[in-house]
Amino acid sequence: MFRYILKRLLLMIPVILVTSLVIYFAMSLTGGDPAIYLAPENASDAQIQQIRVDLGLTESFPIRYLKYMAGMFRGNMGTSYVTKRDVFNTFMTRLPNTLQLAGASVLIATLIAIPLGIYTAIHQNTWKDTAGMIFALFGVSMPNFWLGLMLIILFSLKLGWLPSGGKTGLLSLVLPAMTVGLGLAALITRTTRSSMLDVIREDYIRTARAKGCSEKRVIRKHAMGNALIPIITVIGMQLSNVLTGSVLAETVFSWPGIGRLIFDSISKRDTPMVTGSIILCSVLMVAINLLVDVIYAFFDPRIKAQFMRKV
Amino acid sequence: MVDISINSISGEQELKSRSLGQETLRRLLKNKGAIIGMLFLLILIIAAVLSGFIYDYDTDVISQNIGERLQWPSRAHIFGTDELGRDIFIRILYGARYSLTIGSGSVLIGLIVGVIFGSIAGFYGGMVDQVIMRTNDILYAVPNIMIAVVIVSLLGTSTFNLLLALCVSASSSFVRIARASVMTIRGQEYIESAYAMGLPTWKIILKHVIPNSLSPIIVQVTLLIGTTIISASSLSFLGIGVPSPAPEWGAMLSAGRSQIRNASYICVIPGLAIMFTVLALNLLGDGLRDALDPKLKK
Repeated sequence: MFRYILKRLLLMIPVILVTSLVIYFAMSLTGGDPAIYLAPENASDAQIQQIRVDLGLTESFPIRYLKYMAGMFRGNMGTSYVTKRDVFNTFMTRLPNTLQLAGASVLIATLIAIPLGIYTAIHQNTWKDTAGMIFALFGVSMPNFWLGLMLIILFSLKLGWLPSGGKTGLLSLVLPAMTVGLGLAALITRTTRSSMLDVIREDYIRTARAKGCSEKRVIRKHAMGNALIPIITVIGMQLSNVLTGSVLAETVFSWPGIGRLIFDSISKRDTPMVTGSIILCSVLMVAINLLVDVIYAFFDPRIKAQFMRKV
Repeated sequence: MVDISINSISGEQELKSRSLGQETLRRLLKNKGAIIGMLFLLILIIAAVLSGFIYDYDTDVISQNIGERLQWPSRAHIFGTDELGRDIFIRILYGARYSLTIGSGSVLIGLIVGVIFGSIAGFYGGMVDQVIMRTNDILYAVPNIMIAVVIVSLLGTSTFNLLLALCVSASSSFVRIARASVMTIRGQEYIESAYAMGLPTWKIILKHVIPNSLSPIIVQVTLLIGTTIISASSLSFLGIGVPSPAPEWGAMLSAGRSQIRNASYICVIPGLAIMFTVLALNLLGDGLRDALDPKLKK
């Protein structure tokens, strides 16, 4: 198991190399001139040229990239063109906000979706099932940012219970987390239901019923554990999506997270900030996927046995 | 992929009298959700097409009329007017053109690109497969929105670039589906016999392999158009999609945000339009999935 984890961690290196090259290449060669974005409106050509020299933009692309990568392997991810702050530090000050939002959303989603998914599967083809599925269908059809706006209209403007944006303590987390969480919940409900329906038809469930297990025990002890694997996959996949994909929720609620950071940096052509943030994000994603795989092994002895054999 | 024509529960006699398409249609029409979805989409498409003839883009859709700004829904303006006095109902109808064209356009281009690469990867295997699939993995791992943000900000904001950005993310899921289908079909006996008959490889892929992997692709197309409509409106909402003053639904929402305190309907209505369109596509997609492969139906 340990060697497997180590192997997966080593696989991160090519991922970092390829991502950095692609992003740096895309940002440098097609992204327009950052000097023009940075210069004051009525700057002379000489001033703009000076900014280019200061940023090191006058050198050729391979040299710039090699310098950047050399810095990175010494632990220096560069400084932002715009704010002149260290890329790594800026990313790290934003990361906790995004992690809070992602964690809270996934928590809300799981708490709604897993019970609802199991409930609808048990009551398949009744009105309870239909009602649950209609809820889930609406959830996946709704644009996330619109749900956010609707929640603002209801909870902050009409009722005045919750703040409509910014990050001002625990209460300000509620609406953004609900926005991201409800969309996720719809998706996880659908997965849970279909996974549960697959499992309920298995022979071992019939056996459990035949030997006189109570229905509650059949569901909790025999069905749920086996239905969990695809559910964990979906949650894991969505978690990495939430981390960078929550730029919309962050925009609606002016939440200072990394999605918004990357979006703003791309539009300002801030190459070091974009490259650095995306590299750090991909490292984060690899780590999350690894964590999901380890969690599989924890829940499913069959997969654990596979890991042991592989190594 | 299981050969779908033998899945019918009705007996041998009846099976012969119906073609695959008729059989699918018969099952689809039994599904209430799919019918509702189809009807809604049909009405929306007709309305979108007609709106181009009834209303004039310059005078009815984008011209400002400050005297009538921010009017709540009434008999004169059933969806109200926006911050520049434009009728929201007309703009929503006209906006359907953007959402439907961008949604279906980028998915169809993505489909063609994805199916070509996926079939090649699945058919040849080996190195070709590795290169295509690893590239695809990278595209698949990055959230769609981020890919689109990067492409649109690099190439500039325009409707065409938006379409391009969205078709990149659409194609990556088709590569997977096409590859998986082709790999299952490749081993079947009728492919071997086609080879034995001396057909060239590209003809085998085009005539035998692709038609037999159609059903998962049709389902994915329907569902993906919905997702893409949401992505397109999200990007317009962020200000990097369809440029203003075009009445794209996401852009309308974004503009309405500043009026959310006193004219919340400006934010509510475009969102409902997006939601019901995507809902209709999802209902149809789920219905098609059940109709094309009854084995999947739970």
